[in-house]
Amino acid sequence: MMSTKNVYKPYLMRIVKIIDEAPGVKTFRLQFLNEEEGKSFTFKAGQFAEYSVFGEGESTFCIASSPTRREFIECTFRQTGRVTKALAQKEEGDIIGFRGPYGNVFPIDEWKGKNLLFIAGGIALPPMRCVIWNALDLRDWFENITVIYGARSVADLVYKYELTEWSQRTDMKLITTVDPGGETPDWNGRVGFVPTIVEQEEPSSTNTIAIVCGPPIMIKYTFPVLEKLGFTPNAIFTTLENRMKCGVGKCGRCNVGPVYVCKDGPVFTYEQLLALPAEY
Amino acid sequence: MSHRTFTITHENLLDVLTNTIAVGNRLVAPVRRGKKLFFRDVQEVQSIVFDFIQSDESPKDLVFPRVEPMLAHEYNAGNVYLIDFAEKLQPLPTILFGTRPCDAVALSLLIEFFNEGVGDPFVEQRAENLTIISIACTRADSYCFCTSVGVSPNDSRGSDVLLTPIDNDQYYGIVLTEKGNAFVKKGGDNFIPSEPKDVAQYIVTLREEFTPQEITQRLANAFNHPLWMDASLRCIGCGTCTYVCPLCSCFDIQDEGTQTKGVRLRCWDSCGFSLFTLHTSGHNPRHIQSERWRQRVMHKFSYIPQNRNLLGCVGCGRCSRLCPADMNLKEHLCTITKEMTEVKADR
Amino acid sequence: MKQLHERAHELLEQKAVSVIIGYGEGTEGRVRPVFIRTLEAVRLLVWDDRCRVNLAVYLNKPEIRKFGFPIAVVSTPATVRTIVQLIAEHQLSIGDVVVLVRENDTVRALIQKEDLEQYARNNPVIFPPFVIEEIELLKKMSIEERFTYWQEELAKCFKCYACRAACPLCYCEKCITDVNQPQWVCVAPHPVGVFEWHINRAMHLAGRCIECGSCTIACPVGIPIALLTIEATRVVKEEFAFTPGIDCNAPSALSTFRVDDKETFIR
Repeated sequence: MMSTKNVYKPYLMRIVKIIDEAPGVKTFRLQFLNEEEGKSFTFKAGQFAEYSVFGEGESTFCIASSPTRREFIECTFRQTGRVTKALAQKEEGDIIGFRGPYGNVFPIDEWKGKNLLFIAGGIALPPMRCVIWNALDLRDWFENITVIYGARSVADLVYKYELTEWSQRTDMKLITTVDPGGETPDWNGRVGFVPTIVEQEEPSSTNTIAIVCGPPIMIKYTFPVLEKLGFTPNAIFTTLENRMKCGVGKCGRCNVGPVYVCKDGPVFTYEQLLALPAEY
Repeated sequence: MSHRTFTITHENLLDVLTNTIAVGNRLVAPVRRGKKLFFRDVQEVQSIVFDFIQSDESPKDLVFPRVEPMLAHEYNAGNVYLIDFAEKLQPLPTILFGTRPCDAVALSLLIEFFNEGVGDPFVEQRAENLTIISIACTRADSYCFCTSVGVSPNDSRGSDVLLTPIDNDQYYGIVLTEKGNAFVKKGGDNFIPSEPKDVAQYIVTLREEFTPQEITQRLANAFNHPLWMDASLRCIGCGTCTYVCPLCSCFDIQDEGTQTKGVRLRCWDSCGFSLFTLHTSGHNPRHIQSERWRQRVMHKFSYIPQNRNLLGCVGCGRCSRLCPADMNLKEHLCTITKEMTEVKADR
Repeated sequence: MKQLHERAHELLEQKAVSVIIGYGEGTEGRVRPVFIRTLEAVRLLVWDDRCRVNLAVYLNKPEIRKFGFPIAVVSTPATVRTIVQLIAEHQLSIGDVVVLVRENDTVRALIQKEDLEQYARNNPVIFPPFVIEEIELLKKMSIEERFTYWQEELAKCFKCYACRAACPLCYCEKCITDVNQPQWVCVAPHPVGVFEWHINRAMHLAGRCIECGSCTIACPVGIPIALLTIEATRVVKEEFAFTPGIDCNAPSALSTFRVDDKETFIR
């Protein structure tokens, strides 16, 4: 008799909205086909899921919507491999598979009373967007909220509609930047690589948590800047994105040192990363 | 349990096994195919091989098959229908006969690993229907190193019944579990109750080359040691070691078919393959073979011990016997313990 | 062996090569590949009838190439042919490899095209006996019997890819079986996936297989997998009068287009 649930059986989700974010980048808004499943489903900021196109496979992305908004799940992905290409061909109304939530969370409960500094690059805003909205929806919990977001070019910035909204809000500070050469004539943000902009902005490290997500090269050059600004390694958070299949610490793919990124991560402090072999 | 210990003649044991097939059990035992020894379904007990040191393939296929369907899907008129293979699985009651004690230990650890946390209905259901009858080792070769990793040639962990070949074509047996008891009960008079016996004289003695604590301690700071590169130069990067290992459990998930109708499979995978960790972007956290060799050794002898307080190896020696490049794990572990000492002494 | 040691010593002392790939003593009477970089290590080299595995496979390994060409390889006739074929396929250049061979009780170092080709032509690959026996056995079978034979043999395959890893001519950076857009070969080791893999491999080695048998020696479950590539290469030899591994400039038998091809299918 079967007493254990098959964790590899996904929920069925309907794509209710598709947003073209940037070249090759789309956001899907998903709703549970089974309302009961949707009602009982909960997750926290930082967690991810396995999204499937049946017959093609599964792909791993974070949940990009906020846990404070329960009526749908959103994910943002760039079309790169077999599964993301198949996903990108889906239309509103189509059904895909979804299993999760997996992984650990950003400990935002522990950040009460602190300043939050979000630093994101390119397609790595989605994992952070979930936390940003979560923090904005619980605005009284935190002191200053600052977002520094950069992309290769203006076209590559994702969530442009929300960037506009955030830039108009008075209870947060948004700095957007594009890599040199990526600007358009009407671009009124900054020009420069993310680590450089952070260095110029000199955000205070006092009572501040920094959350950094981006391509490995951006992370590599941002950490030293933050350390110079006085951030201690345990006040810097990031996410690892090793290749995954199972999502539940069994298939072995995302193993780094004694850690499984899918189960023990994806959220790590810089302090934790320093103790791990650099196999990510 | 009426009698915990018994003796049985070889001939009577074969009769018991013939009967288990006759009453509808599946019997899996070591058989020869060409020059290799596999665990396969047996119809004629005469084909069972008793005289061997270790089989070429491990019996892990029985709980964790090389390939198995997990899910099927069908798209029809705008709806997707899923079939959950965990619900359809109906494993036959299976007697796994003739495993070495190290394999029984390995199977129990493998089952434990899959059952931990979220669990695994596939492995769980197969394990529930599996009865393991092991035979203690009276011989070993230089690839064997069970005693160095905390396992013994007559280890009873994981077995339901443990047999030891004694004099006059007889076996001395210990019933270890309820499942083992059920097996012996069905064998009736063939099993002759016996007082507990010391059968140590029949068991092979195997020198302890190192201890689990020693190897784990030495590996704790060994990540950047030049040894990994030197040791793995001859590794050709195939998956043999991981596929014949009774404890290697890494897998891949693959979809087959079309978006209209297809199946989702779980199949074995290997940390020795370059593709294992390759990102779609082209970035590979372990891009050369020495890093992948290190991962296999570290995972078994450092990472698993840190997480589960046990080693990911039972010393069966298959990886070394079958390695096309003669990568000898025992030898490497001996070198690691020795080399690390030297590094320590230098300080 | 003494001659080999002297030759190896000389090569390393004169810094003529960065490393010597050879055979050393292994476990329980086996020999294993060794990589000799120092004069002290030269004594580890052995050379006898056990030395059969084709060491040319290491010439494709990035970690070995990093030592820098020229590299010396202790070679059997099959290894020499492999190196010639790798040169023909532009994976190696003349001068990259110092090929150490036995000839009339002496050890010779082959470097130049002419020497390599001459040695390759004069020293045919000697199959292990099982190959001859199995090929004869298979030839006597009906198509149905052969299919049953391969079904039984390939049912053992769990796709560890030891055959591919041991083959010096399987050097593709991305193997066809690892390509997933489109997914040419099923990844799973079920009957279809296994057949697809081995048939693909045989086709990719048709007219290229040196018949060294390394894949069969490597196979942990004992599938005589070399038979497929050997037979495919024999068919190419019959149809195109082409033998791989004897001409450093030979075009590929199956991927060369000629306007004057006598067949009509391609026009």
